[in-house]
Order: sequence, then structure tokens, then C-alpha cells
Amino acid sequence: MSKSNLKIEKELRVKSTTENLGQIRDFTKSVAAQSGFSEESVDKIALAVDEACTNIIKHAYKYSPEGDIVINIKVADNKLTVSITDFGLDFDPTLVPVPDIKKYYQQHKIGGLGIYLIKKLMDEVKYNPAVDNKNQVVLIKYLN
Amino acid sequence: MADFNVQMHEDNQVSIINLQGYLDAHTAPELENIFTRLIDSKKYKVVVNFEKLNYISSAGLGVFMAYVETMRDNKGDIKFASMTPKVFNIFDLLGFPLLYEFYNDENEAVQKFSEKSQH
Repeated sequence: MSKSNLKIEKELRVKSTTENLGQIRDFTKSVAAQSGFSEESVDKIALAVDEACTNIIKHAYKYSPEGDIVINIKVADNKLTVSITDFGLDFDPTLVPVPDIKKYYQQHKIGGLGIYLIKKLMDEVKYNPAVDNKNQVVLIKYLN
Repeated sequence: MADFNVQMHEDNQVSIINLQGYLDAHTAPELENIFTRLIDSKKYKVVVNFEKLNYISSAGLGVFMAYVETMRDNKGDIKFASMTPKVFNIFDLLGFPLLYEFYNDENEAVQKFSEKSQH
């Protein structure tokens, strides 16, 4: 697959409500599919973006539907970069420890699974802490 | 838009939940309501049929984590049936096969409840 010269940049801005998760996934899938990713990778990227946005709705905006979420997807040099920006409370998902599923079960914990999935589904996950009240999570997947 | 449908019926004293569509943070509360209703009516033997489920995120997985222990403490369980490989992969990534039983079809899962007493 020689898609190395392909350059795409698309952006979606939505309000922080779980109602918009379907739209967020559809947007992500369409950009990832245009970039030449396999169906399996497209699904993985869409799930990772869903999980990241779900975390923002829950933790950064505490379920207030008035916040903004900006999803920017760039594709260049065989690399897809999703930058997800919010303007809510500071929350670094990369600091959440990787859960042990058995301990999870014993401790009746049900949170944190999303971040674990994001790390499994994407090649790189970065967090840029709040600058000018903006938090940004960056998810990267390589085309190969 | 994400559409989701959940239906329930009974077979041999086992409650069967049929899932359809997209199970995410938006639709997971519908499934939570079903489990709450089951527990209220003391129905602890549950088979979830995933045949028509296209998508699941951790919000959906969390529902099964939240209710399985109550079911097992009451001689029941939550067993999974007819999952597509795509949906199974997500369960697998999180290690669910260590803690839950997965069956190829619904009848097989239902029959397991009558074979032996649970946990």
C-alpha cells in the first residue's frame, strides 16, 4: 500500500453528550477508511475515539452537555493522528494504571476499562495538559 | 446515529437478553435497567445473545462487570452467546474469557444452567 503522500485533515466539533457518540464514530470511520486503513483498523480507531470522548464527557465535563469536544484527524506520512480537545476539567488518561481484570472483578471496579482499551487499540497515546483551559489527548495509529 | 435495541424473553427459567445495534455510553443505561429489573424480580440466570450486536464499548462491558457477581451470589450467572468475532475481540482484549463463559449459540448457554448448579 503506497499511501505515503496522502494528506488529509478533517475536524468535527460536537457538544459533550453521549448522544453524539454515534456521529463521532461515523466521522472517525469515514476519515480512517479514506486513509487506507483496513476495516479492522478503522473499527479499532473508532472505538478508541469513542472511549476518549466518553471519558471527556464523564470526567472533563461531568456529564454537562454544554461543553465542546473538537476532534481533529490528520493523515500524513503513513500516520493517522487524532487530536481530541476539550475545555473542561484537567484529566490525564495516560496516568490511569493498566487494570488486572481479575482484581477488577474482585474489587467491583468498573471504571478505567476505556483507557486500557485505548492503549491496546492505538499505537501511541499522549496527553497534553491544560494550556489556555484546553486539554488534549492525541491518539496515533500507523498505516502499514 | 447509534441505534440500540434490547429485548428479553424466558426459556426454561433462564432470562435471555437479545442485544441489537450499538452498545455505548449512551445506550448502556438501557441494559442496566434490564439487569436491575431482573434482580428486582429475583431472576439470576441470564444468557445474553450478541448475534445482532454490531458494536460494544467499555461502557457496555462495564454493565456485565457490574451485575455478574450479584447473579453468581444467587446461584445464577451471566453467560454470553452468539458473539461475532469483531465483538468477541473487544471482550478478549480486556480478558473477559477468564471470568465469563462464551457459547456459540443461545441454546447451548441455556442448557448449561441445567447441567450443574452454578458456583
